[in-house]
Amino acid sequence: MVSFSAVAKRYPGGQEALKSVSFALRAGELAFLTGRSGAGKSTLLKLIPAIERPTSGSVIVNGQNVGALRRDAIPYLRRNIGLVFQDQKLLYDRSVFDNVMLPLAFSGQPPREAARRVRAALDKVGLLSRERSNPIQLSGGEQQRLAIARAVVNRPGLLIADEPTANLDAESAERILEIFIAFNQVGVTVLIATHDAALVERHGGTLLRLEAGRLA
Amino acid sequence: MSAWLRHHRQAVVSALKRLGLLNAVVIGVALSLPAGGYTLLESLRGVAGRLALDTQLSVFLHPEAKRADAEALGKLLRADRRIARLRFVPRDEALKDLAAVQGMPEVIEALGRNPLPDAFVVTSDPQSLEALAADLGKLAGVAHVQADAAWARRLAAFASIGRLALWLLSALLGFGLVAVTFNTIRLQILTQREEIEVAKLIGATDGFIRRPFYYLGLLQGLAGGAVALAIVALGLWLLNHQVDELARSYGSRFRFAYLPAGDALAVVLFAGLLGWLGAQLSVSRHLREIEPR
Repeated sequence: MVSFSAVAKRYPGGQEALKSVSFALRAGELAFLTGRSGAGKSTLLKLIPAIERPTSGSVIVNGQNVGALRRDAIPYLRRNIGLVFQDQKLLYDRSVFDNVMLPLAFSGQPPREAARRVRAALDKVGLLSRERSNPIQLSGGEQQRLAIARAVVNRPGLLIADEPTANLDAESAERILEIFIAFNQVGVTVLIATHDAALVERHGGTLLRLEAGRLA
Repeated sequence: MSAWLRHHRQAVVSALKRLGLLNAVVIGVALSLPAGGYTLLESLRGVAGRLALDTQLSVFLHPEAKRADAEALGKLLRADRRIARLRFVPRDEALKDLAAVQGMPEVIEALGRNPLPDAFVVTSDPQSLEALAADLGKLAGVAHVQADAAWARRLAAFASIGRLALWLLSALLGFGLVAVTFNTIRLQILTQREEIEVAKLIGATDGFIRRPFYYLGLLQGLAGGAVALAIVALGLWLLNHQVDELARSYGSRFRFAYLPAGDALAVVLFAGLLGWLGAQLSVSRHLREIEPR
């Protein structure tokens, strides 16, 4: 599903975020990416949906070499990847429902089918009763669950989350993690970056530990 | 309904929501200058053109000339090969025409006698008109030769200079329209920065993201064109109100004509096209700057 071979990423200015990273994720795998902040977790995750491009080495996602992908092919790559960010990137000028509707707006779904999918996604994260609310009215944990609903509404094969439980209390964090695991159990490949080692130990899965730009 | 149509409808709806009335007014006011000028000039050109084609001379006799003098002169004129048509206007007939104008019978009454001379109206080809006028002026019994076409030709010349000035003005303001749209779209892109970033992250194509901005530029241009036409129509209505009184006092039915439907449509479409162009330039310049980090 995802494979990195000898991937290095150097940012303009010379900062070397990743130095020769290699690993592979099978379809349906659950993996945690851990490491201290600044270890390169975010950079690694951003290489998968081509938000960043590798300086050297190759990133293969679904059989496509992401580093060499043409600009106009990137949207189609991203449609098969659900992205959850630490700072959710929700739009506060529209309702919870419309936030989740966003990825379906350009996927060519008939409106009725799209609405049905939005409600299904909201139901899975326990926000169905809040569909008319504005995201600003939701708690931190609820906002993160909304971001997950938006990430999965297109039924991607791969779900990537960057520190989804940061800034959340233990109970909310646990709930978020359970949602990810539930998606993994129905066959979605899940890769979660976190610095919370205890969380990882409780749930198992593949462990990728980044230290100063290398996998330990 | 196909997905393609649905996307375009979404784009139009989103553009309509963001269409600023103020921008349309700014564009409309700017465009109303050349559109209004063009309308006025077209009206004047109609008049000037009609007169310039009239290659006529009026030959007036001395007021005290006898009918026999007139007949002698008539014979002379008929012999001139440069004269295509000749019409004699006796002084009594001229007086009757004058009396038909409102207010004039009282004036004529006060004069007590007919102040008008006998006259010939001479039609010739345009080339020989000036020479003919000079020759006729030298004939015995002729008091005055008036070339009606001279001032009309001058008017037509002024009108064509005016038209050139209008084209320059149109080009300048067209450029302004593109710049205004460019800036509006730039501000709109900045306002929607987050939305664009999120859309890119979740797999929206460039085309999908650009479409609403193209429509915004197009609609803003079209709306501006429509505002311009409304301003021109209002201006003409006010102007004609005054012109009507003045023209009637000269016995004329002259009015400034509205833009023909075809020209009006062209103004609106052209404004729309320029708006679209401004959007195109702005989008290709600014949308690339917004990339998710």
